[in-house]
Amino acid sequence: MGLLSKRDAALLTDPLADNNPITIQVLGICSALAITAELKASIVMAVSVLFVLGLGNVVISLMRNIIPSKIRIIVQLIVVATLVIIVDLVLKAFAYELSKTLSVFVGLIITNCIIMGRFEAFALGNGPWRAFLDGIGNAVGYGVILIAVGFFRELLGSGTLLGFKVLGDPIEKSGLYAIGYENNGFMLLSPMALIVVGILIWIQRSRNTTLIEEN
Amino acid sequence: MSLKQNLHNLKEKYKGTKMAPAFNAIHTFLYLPNEVTHVGGTHIKAADDLKRTMNIVIMALIPCLLFGMFNAGYQHYAAIDNSLRADVLANFFTFDNLWIGIIKVLPLVIVSYGVGLLVEFIFAVIKGHEVEEGYLVTGMLVPLIVPVDTPLWMLSVAVVFGVVIGKEVFGGTGMNILNPALTIRAFLFFAYPTWMSGDKVWVYDAVNRTGTADAISGETILGSYAQNQEVMYSTFDKFMGFIPGSVGETSTFLILIGAAILIFTKIGSWRIILSAFVGAAVMGLIFNQVVAADIITESSKFYGLMNTVWWEHLTIGGLAFGAVFMATDPVTGSQTNKGKWIYGFLIGFISIMIRVFNPAYPEGVFLAILLMNVFAPTIDHYVVQGNVKKRLNRTKVKTA
Repeated sequence: MGLLSKRDAALLTDPLADNNPITIQVLGICSALAITAELKASIVMAVSVLFVLGLGNVVISLMRNIIPSKIRIIVQLIVVATLVIIVDLVLKAFAYELSKTLSVFVGLIITNCIIMGRFEAFALGNGPWRAFLDGIGNAVGYGVILIAVGFFRELLGSGTLLGFKVLGDPIEKSGLYAIGYENNGFMLLSPMALIVVGILIWIQRSRNTTLIEEN
Repeated sequence: MSLKQNLHNLKEKYKGTKMAPAFNAIHTFLYLPNEVTHVGGTHIKAADDLKRTMNIVIMALIPCLLFGMFNAGYQHYAAIDNSLRADVLANFFTFDNLWIGIIKVLPLVIVSYGVGLLVEFIFAVIKGHEVEEGYLVTGMLVPLIVPVDTPLWMLSVAVVFGVVIGKEVFGGTGMNILNPALTIRAFLFFAYPTWMSGDKVWVYDAVNRTGTADAISGETILGSYAQNQEVMYSTFDKFMGFIPGSVGETSTFLILIGAAILIFTKIGSWRIILSAFVGAAVMGLIFNQVVAADIITESSKFYGLMNTVWWEHLTIGGLAFGAVFMATDPVTGSQTNKGKWIYGFLIGFISIMIRVFNPAYPEGVFLAILLMNVFAPTIDHYVVQGNVKKRLNRTKVKTA
């Protein structure tokens, strides 16, 4: 890549595969379980985290030399909280219905371990540009899993994608429903999200066996 | 050339290749273990290997399956013509009834075995171990604990889920935390609740007739009680199993015969079976007392099931089947004797509790057993620790 050095490019691509925040580091699971019953909510959540993590990493990185290390967690929290409030207000102003679906989970981005984790592990020790790339990379890695889980849960659980009835109409018995297909209600419950994430981890580890820990 | 010879040749031919387990499975199933006692020396012979254990459980289940096939037809015809119920014995063992059983129940058995064993074969080939016999019992249990009108594709999806997520991810037979058959049942219940509860699924053809002039209804006894309705079945009907319900769980009488086989061959633990019934009876008695003390009155939605006489709870629903065939699973149950008492008692106790309080579904046996499956290792841990402590104290007393 001409634009990015090899080292910088790795910041973007690593979290997408072998260092994925959800499937490898097992962070941010709560939100992955809670809001992935619909694809739309997953996408909005992914974008929100992209915004918060990308910008937050830059802000923390810029301030990294003036934050006293004893109160750094509080400073980080204030930065996240500010950004999350911006996201929350934007959602309430422009997508009110959706913000009701996401309800408390927008606020809970503050406690998403991925964000504090990246602040601590990366932004405090690196320049703003690299911190930005790291934030984007991790947020996209998180978002990809969220969207994949949301895709399967909405498709199999409700028979829709982004609200469109892709499998036919269950009430008028058209499309797949005409031959006796039924939506899988279990997919809409949180335990199934855990199992879907588990299956994704399983697939990833069987494709790349170096990820399997010795025990 | 005999079948045995053929299979043996196939086994030799594919030895060492990746597909070997798949070819060996039938040979293993029919002809192994083939060791015979050698001449000379003293031998201890134990015949209870995994496969024989499984076969005895299946034999204990066969009466329930046959009865379930007759019952499928009987409930269908009795729902259309209620006068058949006047003389159960004359109208039960008829060929018409059996025929409905053959076209409705046998496909459930075939699909359950076909899909489940296919998954087992695939995993055996991928992981390179022999096909394990563990699915033989699960495959027989599954069709017995689902409603007769369960669509076959739903059963297939559930079996794949149950075998893969319930068993194979933990390492196969003997490693599973949850009973695979109940995992399959729980998956069906949460995924397709309209097909697993209500008054349309327990009797063959009730679903198709909904809304038409000759609609038939087949509410289970628990379903009727949960809606505070009277039921028309006698105690004899309930005990012998001439009632609507999942395919094989209606006849408490035949389940008790199965229990006798399991206890006699020492495959099922009598401690678990007995304590599960005791637990259920205790919870039933508590609820009866609650009603007797006028804490719950007829206006309450819990009244119907709470007012059910405690011993009646033992004969209706899936309690007996769960206690005898599911709770006694040696892999997922408690291992210590004291642990078995606690484990069984809580299964019965919680079953009746869920039965009464669950608003969506008036049966709790499978949920109670799955819950206690999760707690079984914890119970064992504390039983063992308690024993260790007791013995330590004993040595202290001696030395002091």
